[in-house]
Amino acid sequence: MDAPVIQTQELTKRYGNFVAVDRLNLVVEPGEVFGLLGPNGSGKTTTILMLLGLTEPTSGTVWVMGLDPARQPLSVKSRVGYIPDQVGFYDDLTARENLIYIAKLNGIPRAEAYRRIDDALERMGLTEVADRPVGTYSRGMRQRLGVAEVLIKRPALIIMDEPTLGLDPEAAREFLNTIRDLKAQGITVLVASHLLHQVQAVCDRVGLFHRGRMVLEGTVEELARRVLGGGYRVHVEATGPQAAILEALRCLPDATKAETTGPEKYMVEGRRDLRGEAARAVVEAGGSLRALQLEEPSLDDVYARYFQEVEYGREG
Amino acid sequence: MAAKVEAGRLPREGSPWTGLWAVVTKEMADYLTGIRMLILEVLIVLTAAGTVFMAAETLRTTVGQDRFLFLRLFTAQRDPLPAFIGFLAFLVPLIAIALTFDTVNGEFNRRTLSRVLAQPIYRDALLFGKFLAGFFTLTLVLTAIWLLVFGMGLVRLGVPPGGEEVARSLLFLLATIFYGGVWLALALLFSVRFRQPATAALASIAVWLFFTVFWGMIAQGLSQLLVPIRYGLVQEVLAQNQVAMTLSRLSPITLYTEVTMALLYPSLRAFGLVGVLLQLQEGVILGAPLPLSQSLLLAWPQFTGLVAVTVLLFAVSYILFQRQEIRA
Repeated sequence: MDAPVIQTQELTKRYGNFVAVDRLNLVVEPGEVFGLLGPNGSGKTTTILMLLGLTEPTSGTVWVMGLDPARQPLSVKSRVGYIPDQVGFYDDLTARENLIYIAKLNGIPRAEAYRRIDDALERMGLTEVADRPVGTYSRGMRQRLGVAEVLIKRPALIIMDEPTLGLDPEAAREFLNTIRDLKAQGITVLVASHLLHQVQAVCDRVGLFHRGRMVLEGTVEELARRVLGGGYRVHVEATGPQAAILEALRCLPDATKAETTGPEKYMVEGRRDLRGEAARAVVEAGGSLRALQLEEPSLDDVYARYFQEVEYGREG
Repeated sequence: MAAKVEAGRLPREGSPWTGLWAVVTKEMADYLTGIRMLILEVLIVLTAAGTVFMAAETLRTTVGQDRFLFLRLFTAQRDPLPAFIGFLAFLVPLIAIALTFDTVNGEFNRRTLSRVLAQPIYRDALLFGKFLAGFFTLTLVLTAIWLLVFGMGLVRLGVPPGGEEVARSLLFLLATIFYGGVWLALALLFSVRFRQPATAALASIAVWLFFTVFWGMIAQGLSQLLVPIRYGLVQEVLAQNQVAMTLSRLSPITLYTEVTMALLYPSLRAFGLVGVLLQLQEGVILGAPLPLSQSLLLAWPQFTGLVAVTVLLFAVSYILFQRQEIRA
């Protein structure tokens, strides 16, 4: 199965004059975790709804596992698990009852459904609380129940909308691990989120959305290199002659920029990882090195920088 | 389905009713275990027991004089309580509205709707399933009450009901269920239309109040405007009465009342003032009962009217629901 799990061509959705999704060309390969990232209202949820056949595209085509969601919604929805933004359950029913309803809607035979439900609850660590009303659940537990629910249908693709929103840092980290587990089982995952820094850690590739358009697409490193220029930033903390150290850093091969960022603090940008050279340069310039750190490229930076440039470009 | 095929496009796969019974059973279980339902059941059982007990007390004195003694159970009244049918006309809409006013917007607000619709079912199944669940619940409750009334009648009156009485009261039960269906569909419509359950409930109750309290007066007033009595002729009075009756039949309450009258008063030949005059003219003896088939014929337009309103309201909510964006 090497065909893309999701493929869209010039996919467009308009609400009146408002263009929610503008000529989207998206390809998600089997087994990858793809991040659909961007601020609220940039068209992520609308894209998801079109992928599930819950909203009809205005124009363009969508294929999910080789099926057209608008025409074959039942086949698509029986193979795709969807965990919506702030997933809701019937609060007065227990977790197990909620899952039984979903299994029935999926037409899974009773004995098989019970087996899958036990299995899914077990895997999400909800077995002990399975017979408690969902109303008593915490936000993180609900989110896990959301995963348990989609696991019942043994999906090939899971789509999550803002899965870490409203979770405390610990629960969010746990949830990101869950996504890694799903990937390890060969399930393709599409994550939509505006919390770039949380989600970038689990995504193989990301697409950045802005006003309905996917403006950037690739791995986080690729995007960082493309947008942040040098790509590799090394932060140096050193005591000693400031001017000499700065000059030494600036003269490093492959360095594009060097500057002081505070008392005894420097930053070097380079086309590659310059940590070794920077350490030697500081010592040779008569300074003593205190700390040396490679800055991880952050999607937040990429996003901020990119749109800064876009806005400048527009004004200029 | 074949008609749906457009040029170059495949028809939608599968049946629109996939998952229908899963929805029906889940919703019914919710209704039957909910506190709301319990309150309504207690309310209606108490009123049923009260009114029928009083009616039976009245009827005990006249046992043997009436061929349709059991039908009197539903219609006889003794102060201070009104007749059982009066209570039903009043309470059934409330039960129906209470069942469905928050059924769709509630799913929106609990954020369960998008999750449920992401399952391999069509929206058709969800909406129709919710309506059917309400309808079956209503049927269950009303049938239970009907049996209760019959049982109490047997105990208190001590005579078995005749075949025609059973047939007539069963048809009356059916009419009551469809009368409830109208309000069920109305509240369902509002629950699709309004995001806030409170708004939907208020809107449904406003419609109900309008028809219960005001529509009769408005129909009367309008008929006086449309067909004024200038010379005081009998024809004028009749014409005005006819217009008033036609107008008031726009209300499901009037339709229901007329159906129950035709079914439970076997001697009724026509409705309204015209009917009375007609009977006098033709020299028909008041009180001679019609056969069941004739009573049914009399009530048929009203009965189909009730069913039609239910279907119409459901169709409107169906269209609204299909067009609705499901994102919260």
